[in-house]
This record gives sequence, structure tokens and C-alpha cells, in this order.
Amino acid sequence: MLQFENIVALVTPCVQNGPVTTDESASPKAIVLPVQDLYAVCHELYHNPATYFDMLSCVTGLDNGPEAGTMEVIYNLYSIPHNQGLMLKIVLARTEPIVDSLCALWKTADWMEREVFDMYGITFRNHPDLRRILLPADWEGYPLRKDYKHQDYYRNVKVEY
Amino acid sequence: MPTDHIQYQYKDDNLALSEPNKLKAENLRAEEMIINLGPQHPSTHGVLRLEVLMDGEIVREVVPHIGYLHRCFEKHAENLPYNQVIPFVDRLDYVASMNCEHAYVMGVERMLGIENQIPKRIEYIRVLMAELNRISSHFIAIGTYGMDIGAFTPFFWIMRDREHILRMLEWASGARLLYNYFWIGGLFYDIPVGFETRCREFTTYIKPKLQELESILIDNKIFIDRTAGVGVLPLALAINSGCTGPMLRGSGLRYDLRRVDNYSVYPELEFEIPIGEGKMGKTGDCWDRTYVRMREIDESIKIIEQCLDRLEGEHKRTRDFDPQALVPKKIRPKAQDFYVRAESPKGELGFFFRADGRSDVPFRCKCRSCSFVNLSVLPEISKGVLVGDLIAIIGSIDMVMGEVDR
Repeated sequence: MLQFENIVALVTPCVQNGPVTTDESASPKAIVLPVQDLYAVCHELYHNPATYFDMLSCVTGLDNGPEAGTMEVIYNLYSIPHNQGLMLKIVLARTEPIVDSLCALWKTADWMEREVFDMYGITFRNHPDLRRILLPADWEGYPLRKDYKHQDYYRNVKVEY
Repeated sequence: MPTDHIQYQYKDDNLALSEPNKLKAENLRAEEMIINLGPQHPSTHGVLRLEVLMDGEIVREVVPHIGYLHRCFEKHAENLPYNQVIPFVDRLDYVASMNCEHAYVMGVERMLGIENQIPKRIEYIRVLMAELNRISSHFIAIGTYGMDIGAFTPFFWIMRDREHILRMLEWASGARLLYNYFWIGGLFYDIPVGFETRCREFTTYIKPKLQELESILIDNKIFIDRTAGVGVLPLALAINSGCTGPMLRGSGLRYDLRRVDNYSVYPELEFEIPIGEGKMGKTGDCWDRTYVRMREIDESIKIIEQCLDRLEGEHKRTRDFDPQALVPKKIRPKAQDFYVRAESPKGELGFFFRADGRSDVPFRCKCRSCSFVNLSVLPEISKGVLVGDLIAIIGSIDMVMGEVDR
């Protein structure tokens, strides 16, 4: 089992597009990555025997609101053989929320990324089947965004109750 | 409205589904057809709709459509103080509410940094309740699964026995299914006087009934023929797909968060982690998953008996014990990101919190639901099976749609 500092040192060579920062107040401790390098870092974390994060526990979308102008995607990884958790965070511009899909590494990512897309409108590049999952396909808007206003009518049914 | 009004007048847009099919008729090969299963179908255990591509009686592809029971849990949670989210957490997995509450409450307590101050008696009561609820959840899983396969009697037996658990939980909390019993920092109320005795009567009563259940259902030749070797979930696929709970243990990995994370008072309790060994067919088949649930009931009873020993022994009821003594007046965690997980009857139930440090309301509260993730493996393991086996596979996943759709 590697210490957190060693994991950071391990992923730093995979990152080319900006600085790697950490958030040690998070539990499990988090690494904040540039968006473009997410897939490379996850590929390393998944395949390297020293880390071997074989399970993707959770993918969380998050909207910081229109004032901050950013959205985040948070990945919780877990390694069963090393009994270790890790959090990865990426920050996206609200105007262009696009990030690489991790479906090629973990099958869990498929439905979880669809849920994030459904609720936040974050697009996952190379996702095999990016459709809405919980909401109807013709629903308008992304409900968990902080500035969400629901539509007045859905198929001639008043939404406001 | 006049009484002779035709309710089901055909209009062109009647066929426009809110959830369009993923599979298209023009892409079908000869002899293939698309069958729609659900959402209103008893074997889908709630409102799950499956689009099934069939070749004769062989399933070629399954596309699940979910979301019919979406109740905006995460949006609600962003607008309510931490303690008021608990009733919503109950409604996630409504057959195992205590376990959901346990995970949630534990997470908020850890964020506040008070998890080590909780009195042992409270922790033991929590574990007692969670294990009782785990038994009742597994009862539902096994009973309804038997009914899917065609065994009707065990379902009634099991519902009768489950009622004993629900009555006890109602006695303690005031509600049959949705308890709001665990509070952040304590409990709603101490267990009622005489609860321990009643609970012991139950464990004595249930043991022979479980043997009966095992002989009529699990060891039944018809049941074995329907489930053994069906829906085999290989271990590598299970881990890669994020399956947890009896799904993962059925595939042969001894992995239980109660032991891995050692949360609450589980390190002080003795119990085994049952796994599937492919006794009847292959490791990871539907029979193994059901078998693991059956064995887990036995382990839960062991835990309950140990909890009762402690609750009548070193952590006895005292006159001045107040289960709400530590409940904070103001729940305002420091600004942080926090991921907490616990073993619910279906698997790893996780909550991701972002606290902003300025309000009593979570900035973001995400539920990592085990049924949701377990269900996502269904298309993988149901390729090439017969349509009857598809029903057997759905039942063995034991998802609760309230938790899938949240």
C-alpha cells in the first residue's frame, strides 16, 4: 500500500497540461487534476500493480454555480487488494463541460457517467452510450445545476405542483 | 366528463414514448424481435423496464430503462439541513431503511468529528437494528426470488416471519418501514423495555424456520435446476462493474465492508463472511447469490445475539441514559469533501458530501447506490440466456427500484 505522497509522485509524470494539486482535507485524500490528463492518470492508477485501483466506487458531478463558473467531477477509486481509497477531482469550465470517459477502464463508469450527464449536462468523450438515464429523454435542462429552472409544461402536464 | 367518453382514443403521438427504444426495428436481423418487459411487471421487482432483443427464445441484448421512481433525492438533500435529510434517506432502500440511515448518520458524524464520542450502547442498538433490518431485506430478496422462479409457499412463510421483525422495529421507532430512528449523534429513543427479551424470542423462533426455508427453497431440486449455472457473474467482471454485497460475494470474493472498514462496533462482534463456491453449478451463478443471502441471515442472527448479550450486560439500560444527549444543536461540518460507505444488504452504500462550512445544508449530497451499480451488470450477464432465465437473473440481483432511481 502506497502512501498518499507516493501516489501523487506516481501520477505526476502522467500529467502534462497543468499543475497537480492535492486536497488533504478531503476523505479519502484527493488529487486535483487538469481535465485533459484524467484518462492517462486513471490508466496508470488502474494498471500499475503498486496502486491497482480495481474499483471505481463513485462518480459525482457538482456545480459550483454561475458566479464561480465551474463544475466538478469527483471520482472515488478503491483498491481491494491494497485496501486503499483515493479521490480524484477535476474542475471544468461551465461553458464547455467536456471530459474523457473512463468506461474503457471501469464498466461502472458507464451508468454513473450517464447519470452525471443527465443531471449536469457534462459530456463524456468516447462514452459508448451517452443518453439520459433517470429523467425522460425529452426532459429539458439539467436539474442539479444550481441555476436550474424547471420547464412549465412537460407533455401538456404542468410541472409546478 | 361525459360517461361515454372514450378514454383510450388512438392518436398518432400515443406511440411517441417518453423513453424511446435504443434498439431500432430497421437494424434487426431476420427472426429477431424487440420485446418490451415492464415497467409494470411483477418479476421486475418494481418499475424496471427492459427492452429485450430476442432471437426466438434466446436473449441477444437487454437494455434497461430506469428512472420511473426518481424522486429527486439529491436535489432535496441540497435544500435541507443534514438532520432533515434522514427521512429521505429512509426512502432510498425502503426495505432496509435502518442500514441506509446507518451509513448516512455515520458519515455526518465523521464529518463533525464526533464519531468516537458516541456511547457504546447507542452503537450496539444501531447495529442490532441494522442487522434486524438486514434479515428482513434478505427475506424479501429470497421470498420474491422464489416467487419469480415459481415457488409460492416460501414467500408467504417468509412474509409471516418478516412481520415479526417489522413489529419489533415499529415498537422501537413507531414506524413499520421508514423509521427515522438513527439521529446524528444518537437515536430517536432508547429501545423499549422488554425489547431484548422479545428479540431473543424471535431469534429462537426463527432458527428452525430458516432450516425449513432452506430445505423447501434453496435445496429444492426445481429451484436448483432453475438457478444453478444461470447468470454466471465472473469475479473479474463483478469487480470491474463495481458490484458489491451478495453479488460480489456470490462470485467468490470474501469482501464485506463490515470487516474491511471495521466501522461501528463490528470489530467487537464475531461473524463469518459467506461466499459463493459454486456448489450447485458455477461460482457466481444465481444459486450462489441466493445461498450467500441465506447464510448472511444466519450470521446476522449471530450478531443480534451478541448485541443482545452486550445490551443486557456491560451496556445495560440505565435510568439516566439519554440517547439524544449528544445530538448536536447545530450541525455544521467544516468545509470538506467526504465519502462514506457502509455495507447495506445489497452492497456498498456510499454517500458523497461536500460541506461548505458556512451552512447547515449540504452543498452536495450524492448517494452511491448499490442497486444502481449492481443492476448495470444485467446486460452483460444476460446475453444468450433463455427468456425464463432472464427473469431468474433479474431476481437474483435483488435491486430495490427506490434505490436505483433515488
